[in-house]
Amino acid sequence: MESQPAMERAESRNYVTPVVNIFETQDGYALEAEMPGVNKNGLEITLEGNEVTIVGHRQPEAVNGELLFGERSAADYRRSFELDPAIDTAKISARMEQGILVLTLPKSEQVKPRKIAVTE
Amino acid sequence: MNLTRYQRPELAWPGFGRLSSLRDELDRLFESPWTGITRTAQLLSGWTPALDVHEDKDNFVVVAELPGMKREDIDVSLHDGVLGISGERKTDEKYEGAEVYRTERLFGKFQRTVTLPAPVAAEKVTAQYKDGVLTITLPKTEAAKPKQIDVNVS
Repeated sequence: MESQPAMERAESRNYVTPVVNIFETQDGYALEAEMPGVNKNGLEITLEGNEVTIVGHRQPEAVNGELLFGERSAADYRRSFELDPAIDTAKISARMEQGILVLTLPKSEQVKPRKIAVTE
Repeated sequence: MNLTRYQRPELAWPGFGRLSSLRDELDRLFESPWTGITRTAQLLSGWTPALDVHEDKDNFVVVAELPGMKREDIDVSLHDGVLGISGERKTDEKYEGAEVYRTERLFGKFQRTVTLPAPVAAEKVTAQYKDGVLTITLPKTEAAKPKQIDVNVS
């Protein structure tokens, strides 16, 4: 593989898949995606039908001299998820904290278990 | 389920296209005369944050990917020319009681060490944690900086 300075490599359209944790509660889903080097300006979240795609563009980093040892990727992050139909897509919210995207996907009200009052 | 993204070259499985090319890449890096990186044995949790080491004429810059940590849980030390980065990523309590649908993120303790090829001025080392990336700048001592030597022709 040709060695290029980190900034040039970022121009290629290859993506890296961010690792995620997904939790489910009665109220909805919480998704955490690791995207170090991305802040909220670099985030693109799109919803198409019942599929959500998260894209994280890394902040460009100043090239510091010569790379002696490199394990990090320069590629941006991208991953798609198929949504549970119970999710109320209008209420999806996102926030970014130290390179972690936290996506909150609430379930729609009708789907939540509720008690039905019994009338005589 | 314990998924690790980065594999040491000797652990890369044949047939895993992407991992094989990563292994080739690392082999090429290790062919260079400078092999000062040391890695401590992976602890049981298997989490090894990715690291880049850069050098320019005045500094070494070490960049580590540590998303989702708190500043106080990251420990950076310098001892005898060896930089140590360690810490612990704790699980988030707010998800306790929730049903775990998918878990790929690694938690627990980690440690990486970098043996620096030239002396650095310990008191001038700075570290910054931003967007989940830890950047450590280690200025070289004056003696370690490259110098121009005049050639006298007699």
